Amino acid sequence: MFGRLTWDAIPFHEPIPLITSLVVLIAVAVIGIWVTKKGWWPYLWNEYITSPDHKRIGIMYIVLGLVMLVRGFADAIMMRLQQSLAIGASQGYLPPEHYNQIFSAHGTIMIFFVAMPLVIGFMNFVVPLQLGVRDVAFPTLNNVSFWLTASGALLINLSLFVGEFARTGWLGFPPLSEKAFSPGVGVDYYLVALQISGVGTVLTAVNFVTTILKTRAPGMSYLRMPVFCWTSLASNLIILAAFPVLTVSLGLLMLDRYLGFHFFTNDGGGNSMLYMNLIWVWGHPEVYILVLPAFGIYSEVASTFSGKPLFGYRSMVFATMVICVVSYMVWLHHFFTMGAGADVNAIFGIASMIIGIPTGVKIYNWLFTMYGGRVRFNVPMYWLIGFMLTFVIGGLTGVLLAIPPVDFIVHNSLFLVAHFHQVIIGGVVFALMAGYTYWFPKAFGFTLDERLGKAVFWCWFIGFHLAFMPLYVLGFWGGTRRMQHISDPSWAPWLHVALLGAVIIGIGIVLTVVQLLYSIKTRDQRRDITGDPWDGRTLEWLTLSPPPHYNFAVLPDVHGEEAYWTRKQMAIKEERLIDEPDYQPIEMPVNTPTGVIVAFFASLCGFAIIWYIWWLAILGLIGAFAIFVWYAWRDEHEHIIPVEEVRANARERRRIRMENLHTISQSV
Amino acid sequence: MSSASEAPAIGLTHSASEDTGLGHRGPESKSIVVPYGFWLFVLSDMVLFSALFATYATLVHATDGGPVTNELFDRNLVAIETFALLISSFVCGLAMITAKRANMVWTQAWLLITGLLGFVFLSIELYEFSTMIAEGAGPQRSAFLSSFFTLVGCHGAHVTAGLLWLGTMMAQIWAKGFQPHIMRRLLCFSVFWHALDIIWVAIFTIVYLIGTLP
Repeated sequence: MFGRLTWDAIPFHEPIPLITSLVVLIAVAVIGIWVTKKGWWPYLWNEYITSPDHKRIGIMYIVLGLVMLVRGFADAIMMRLQQSLAIGASQGYLPPEHYNQIFSAHGTIMIFFVAMPLVIGFMNFVVPLQLGVRDVAFPTLNNVSFWLTASGALLINLSLFVGEFARTGWLGFPPLSEKAFSPGVGVDYYLVALQISGVGTVLTAVNFVTTILKTRAPGMSYLRMPVFCWTSLASNLIILAAFPVLTVSLGLLMLDRYLGFHFFTNDGGGNSMLYMNLIWVWGHPEVYILVLPAFGIYSEVASTFSGKPLFGYRSMVFATMVICVVSYMVWLHHFFTMGAGADVNAIFGIASMIIGIPTGVKIYNWLFTMYGGRVRFNVPMYWLIGFMLTFVIGGLTGVLLAIPPVDFIVHNSLFLVAHFHQVIIGGVVFALMAGYTYWFPKAFGFTLDERLGKAVFWCWFIGFHLAFMPLYVLGFWGGTRRMQHISDPSWAPWLHVALLGAVIIGIGIVLTVVQLLYSIKTRDQRRDITGDPWDGRTLEWLTLSPPPHYNFAVLPDVHGEEAYWTRKQMAIKEERLIDEPDYQPIEMPVNTPTGVIVAFFASLCGFAIIWYIWWLAILGLIGAFAIFVWYAWRDEHEHIIPVEEVRANARERRRIRMENLHTISQSV
Repeated sequence: MSSASEAPAIGLTHSASEDTGLGHRGPESKSIVVPYGFWLFVLSDMVLFSALFATYATLVHATDGGPVTNELFDRNLVAIETFALLISSFVCGLAMITAKRANMVWTQAWLLITGLLGFVFLSIELYEFSTMIAEGAGPQRSAFLSSFFTLVGCHGAHVTAGLLWLGTMMAQIWAKGFQPHIMRRLLCFSVFWHALDIIWVAIFTIVYLIGTLP
């Protein structure tokens, strides 16, 4: 009846997961009761959970990403603590089988359920606004994508309470991840959760490529799109071509585990190197899926806060698209040591170094954007500069790793761990923090506190370098990654410094929460009245903060690069806005619970597959199909916003704009 | 909008789109956007199959002492299978033409034949699979057979999903008539169905033709 699910699955005898589970359950219950008491459920249901609005979906993605960041960081600090304690005679507080689950969960969560939701969240919130349109191409599908991602995150977290998580690292390499060596449910949790969220990600990519290529404001030709739209396009093109390969590699491993196939097994002619190739054909482009939108955020920040157009816009676009293509030609550098031979290694080593060239172009473009500009040192600018310092070092260690003979020495070492954290934290996380500060007022109508924002930056910046620079040293000394116990006592000081760094990053995360609460409390003093708090240059700053859910009363006409900046300067010069257009009623998609119900059935089905409860799995599939048919049968597709409402809102915006015409642009 | 005026816009004729790709006209209509998005999905599906083809190519000789391609495949059976699927695709095209003319009876008839031919294809495939498994050449036998069953089976699973979609589509056309959004959906279905043909042609060549060379 319940497959392999028994009471033994609950970790009654392991205090750490048990207490964590209880704390999380209590926290969820408290939040649930609080929301119920305040009577917020109808609001959440109508405005967020069932909403096809890209801005709301974007915010939900970002909240999901931030919550999972706390989970992933908890794993990180547990690992750092264990490595600082378990030196020499001491064994620390985490047994090996638990430690292995933690590093596997940390990597899986940070990439799939922190970085991806945050990046996709920003694309959701920003791209349609920057393109000057009202929503993405497929708004309901967008909602479905989000809930499928959330379903994957739910299953990953469930593994903490019910059963166990994989002990096979964040990519689950066979043959270790095969049934013979990992018979438990851990790897199955990993596989099923990633498959479900992977479907959501592919659907997102379909949505965004269509949006960017087919729905833009009149006059916005390709080379007038903001760089963030370009990098989002590149990122989604990579998703479209890379994620199906992830689906295949995980799917084949599932067939091995569930049905006794022989793709990657040691017997039956299986070939585990095939898995390495397949997973890294996805895995390396994945890095660029994350970092390209991050580059887009930096580009927006650099030009806005320098008060100048982006230096070398076209070269930036070109560099982005070169990275998009070359990202597919470097995957083998993840296993130089596994016997591909000198010729093949050389080709992939050279390709890996070539990809540094367009990235270097971008760094120079940002520097030259700042050069000669009136740089305003707001919080996003701190992140940009911190990023350039950190990322360049990360890039250089990457070039070192791309040299096959060097890689033979430091592969799978702490040097590698330090390298990829340096590019992912320095590149992606810093950008996400910059974007969070930059677009927060657009989303909620008030700015975040600058002082606390800078404190957060310094915590991350200092904490990061303290946490990871020692790992370079230890890597050179031969320290391998994923060690539960350190036998050489002379490493202790370095590991203690690394722990201190992680604690400082932790303070930064706590301060982020403090910053948010403090900013909410003092929001009346920090209102963004004009909708353009940073003297922006792209179309999202044309509309009010927060934007009406249809974004623009009429789609803006675009007459050049920097669509909004041109328009703003014209208005300031002529001391008047453009003539009032002829307002029309607006059609917007209706809310639908399809996404959340599909995700419910997907979670049910996923859980059933993990625990071999086959009747429930079939029930879940039937449920998901039924809800799709129900949705396909609907007759009401859109609701109409009457022209009076559109006109009244638009006139209010114009009045505010006119009143603030002179204060709106601080740099003129 | 009547179905007749929607027809050119959903790509059944070539007169409607004057887009230069430069976006001067603003957002495209749904009749462009929906099939375009679906095309992208189909392309990502093709990437999925290409990974399975790569897997098959890697493992085709990893037979672990078990049966090899020449001993397993029957060209005649596969020929019938192929004809069923290709004709099904042609009939699907006929259904699109009658749907464009809003002819309910013929649209339903052609769609039914499309589905029946798909069903014939699927039955032959299942027959082939069950014979192989009965002969001890199931997917657990060797890495080669694992990759064979996965590649061909994944195509079969797509055909099954297509049949499910087709049935739903027929019921929907029957209940709601040729509304624009249903026409768009039908267009997406036909794109999907033709794409399965393309993939089958590759499977036919790479798996069956090359596999039965002397």
